[in-house]
Amino acid sequence: MTAVPLLEIRNLTVEFATRRGAVQAVKSIDVSVAKGETVAIVGESGSGKSVTSYAVVRILDRAGRVAEGTISFSGVDLVAADEAQMRDLRGREISMIFQNPRAALNPIRKVGKQIEDVLLQHVQATRATAKEKAVEALTKVKIARPEERYDAYPFELSGGMCQRVVIALALACQPQLLIADEPTTGLDVTTQKAVMDLIVELTRERGMSTILITHDLGLAAAYCDKVVVMEKGKVVETALASEIFRNPQHPYTRRLMQATPRLGTSLADLLLDAPQTVPAEARTAVTEPKPAAEAGPLMQVENLVKEYPRAATGALLAKLMGKAEPEKPAFRAVDGISFSIARGETLGLVGESGCGKSTTSMMVTRLIDPSGGKIIFDGTDIGAIPAKQFAASPHRRRIQMVFQDPTDSLNPRFTAERAIADPIMRMGAVKGRDALRARCEDLARLVGLPVELIDRFPHQLSGGQKARVGIARAIALDPDLVILDEPTAALDVSVQAVVLNLLEELKGRLGMSYLFVSHDLNVVRLLCDRVIVMKTGSIVEEGTAEEVLGDPKAEYTRELLTAIPHPLL
Amino acid sequence: MLRMIGQRLMTTIPSVIGVIIVTFLLTRVLPGDTAAYFAGPAASPQAIIEIRSKLGLDQPLPVQFVSYVTALVKGDLGTSLTTGQPVTADLAARLPASAELTLAGLLLAMAVALPLGILAAVKQGSWIDHLCRVVATAGVSLPVFFTGLLLVYVFYFLLGWSPAPLGRLDVFASEPPRVTGLLLIDTLLARDFETFRGAFAQLILPAVTLAIFSLAPITRMTRASMLAVLGADFVRTARASGLTNRKVIGTYAFRNAMLPVVTTLGMVFSFLLGANVLVEKVFAWPGVGSYAVEALIASDYAPIQGFVLTMAILYVALNLMIDVLYGVIDPRVRLEG
Repeated sequence: MTAVPLLEIRNLTVEFATRRGAVQAVKSIDVSVAKGETVAIVGESGSGKSVTSYAVVRILDRAGRVAEGTISFSGVDLVAADEAQMRDLRGREISMIFQNPRAALNPIRKVGKQIEDVLLQHVQATRATAKEKAVEALTKVKIARPEERYDAYPFELSGGMCQRVVIALALACQPQLLIADEPTTGLDVTTQKAVMDLIVELTRERGMSTILITHDLGLAAAYCDKVVVMEKGKVVETALASEIFRNPQHPYTRRLMQATPRLGTSLADLLLDAPQTVPAEARTAVTEPKPAAEAGPLMQVENLVKEYPRAATGALLAKLMGKAEPEKPAFRAVDGISFSIARGETLGLVGESGCGKSTTSMMVTRLIDPSGGKIIFDGTDIGAIPAKQFAASPHRRRIQMVFQDPTDSLNPRFTAERAIADPIMRMGAVKGRDALRARCEDLARLVGLPVELIDRFPHQLSGGQKARVGIARAIALDPDLVILDEPTAALDVSVQAVVLNLLEELKGRLGMSYLFVSHDLNVVRLLCDRVIVMKTGSIVEEGTAEEVLGDPKAEYTRELLTAIPHPLL
Repeated sequence: MLRMIGQRLMTTIPSVIGVIIVTFLLTRVLPGDTAAYFAGPAASPQAIIEIRSKLGLDQPLPVQFVSYVTALVKGDLGTSLTTGQPVTADLAARLPASAELTLAGLLLAMAVALPLGILAAVKQGSWIDHLCRVVATAGVSLPVFFTGLLLVYVFYFLLGWSPAPLGRLDVFASEPPRVTGLLLIDTLLARDFETFRGAFAQLILPAVTLAIFSLAPITRMTRASMLAVLGADFVRTARASGLTNRKVIGTYAFRNAMLPVVTTLGMVFSFLLGANVLVEKVFAWPGVGSYAVEALIASDYAPIQGFVLTMAILYVALNLMIDVLYGVIDPRVRLEG
């Protein structure tokens, strides 16, 4: 490591002006990045990790300002630099890659043109050579058929492909420092691996320094030299990646590591000091356990198919002109799958985006109609009841769902109580305001939501609290089967650990079965008894969680497993 | 693209048919008796009946409708009883006047509103943002006949800078050979700069009146839409790659912000075209709005039907143009078409 770091952040404090006065998002932090070094800034939401990087590039929004401290980049003071100077540095010396690559690209400009814009801005190309250089940049990020992709718009590319374009954009001018802000969040594991490998390869090749901002400890461990852990705007620990995971010093780091699902841990291990997820008073069961299980599985899915017609372009005109094109075959999102869920079992449904897992869960929840096959629930073929009428069916009460985004799945104008009461008011037997209130309070206690919070609106609750409201709503009608659609994907790891434990405990106490849809294999390993792996609408592997995730038979499952970065090697 | 236009045109056929039926029925159920109006106050009942049968108004409604549609197919909108001219001729003479006025007003409004809206969004909370708000509120809260009269009072009566507000051209000036019907363009085509100046001087006050009124929706929409886009991730990417402000705002933000603005422009234009009767009245502008109102007062069916139908078709054409423009701006729309 060289003596003079490439980037040196000293005593940096960033303030945001809010209605309630200035709020410090980053509090006197010190970070340094040497030439050629890869540094991870790790932390949960609100830790100030992104704000730090925005302060470096000086793209904080209007309300934010550097209140104190210095940022020097190869001898230039970035806090004092004027706007023109900063503009020259951005993109040419310091580049950024962002989360959500599709949104990070201008939706109505060809990707090639967007790369050209940067090249021309920093005089890395002339108008005559710009196109050639842009194609070259696309080639470097290993985009197949770069000449064709030059003319593509972001919406025509996959998420992984968009991220490659963003990387091409960031590296087009050969900067010295790359800041990657959650570059792979929201991408599938295999895509994540490909993108991270690409970033590492390209930056090593050029001797660049990299700052990787992430909430994923595994990612930080697998790809970085040094790790900076941030909590609530402060740096709590800075250490070499190889050191920090073996011997974490700060309690927060330890807690974070503990909460990260990984090989050889159990659900309870995720919680450091294992606080009781359900307060003692709620343990006197509010709900009677279900009567002893009858024979046979709870749900039996047979040969389930969902087809979507292909978009018919110009069909009306063609028909009118008597030139109807031959019908294109429908797109099969789910291609004849069969599985069963036993009583009291948690079945994991795993696969990458587009594999049909969400479509399957929607059909099983009876929100959309299958194109073929049977969904036999407790002896009745509920697949035969149209989705529109299912809400009125007595079976609706017995199949409930917890949705992916705890914020978006709550009505912003409903209080937590109203949200929990909603299904009860529609289908429950509870009558009268007081009884309803009492039931909601019971449910809140059951999911570990402080009762005094149930009059709050969603925006007044934290992510974990909103997740609890969503769970309370799902179990309000005492269902037999709960479909969990990535219930913790939007949560920080420490919150995820608590929620997963809560789910496990509730299942046992209320005698429910779960269908757990997820792309996170580590979480699936912890929570599920059996696992189904789906790819392009079909099941490629099925078995107990240990079998499938411990000793995969299918090539695809192996591919998924090896793509997961492991923090503790 | 052509295919999309063709499809869009097909879908408009039912609405045009609907407009034909509804206007026909509406003009028939409105109170007022055309025959009585034209026979004059002193006419005998006999004379009124005679006029009624001459006009075909004694026929049952379906029969009247069939003859109306038959004529319509031949491009005959009937004859105006007030002017004695075929309605098609009247509209052809007056529509360009309205179009010229509306277009001029809209272009003027855009020239002020777009930069103002963009600046207000870029410098949110600054004096220019407040100015934008004041201008927009003031513009929309002053009725057009008031602004029009005020402008006439100041610029014609007090200052004497502008000519008398009496139509499109000075009475002594001769009209240029008719090509587009838009005087500004026709005079230029005829290289008659004297008349061009005259027509321009006549146009400026009513156009400003309209522009002031339509400033508000365009400015506010531009500002709101720009604000939304400026907060988008791709603008952050553009900034983080060191692009100049000009490039970020012009190429990246503004083009994306254009979509809702284009929709608003279309709505404002079609609204102005039909609804600038008051301005036409104040400036004695020979447009279609005042023509339709006069016909309505006289219970003169044919011009009203012709006017509504023309407006409907214009509206359809305008919407088509906006859709095409959408496709030009946004590649995603092109795909769906």
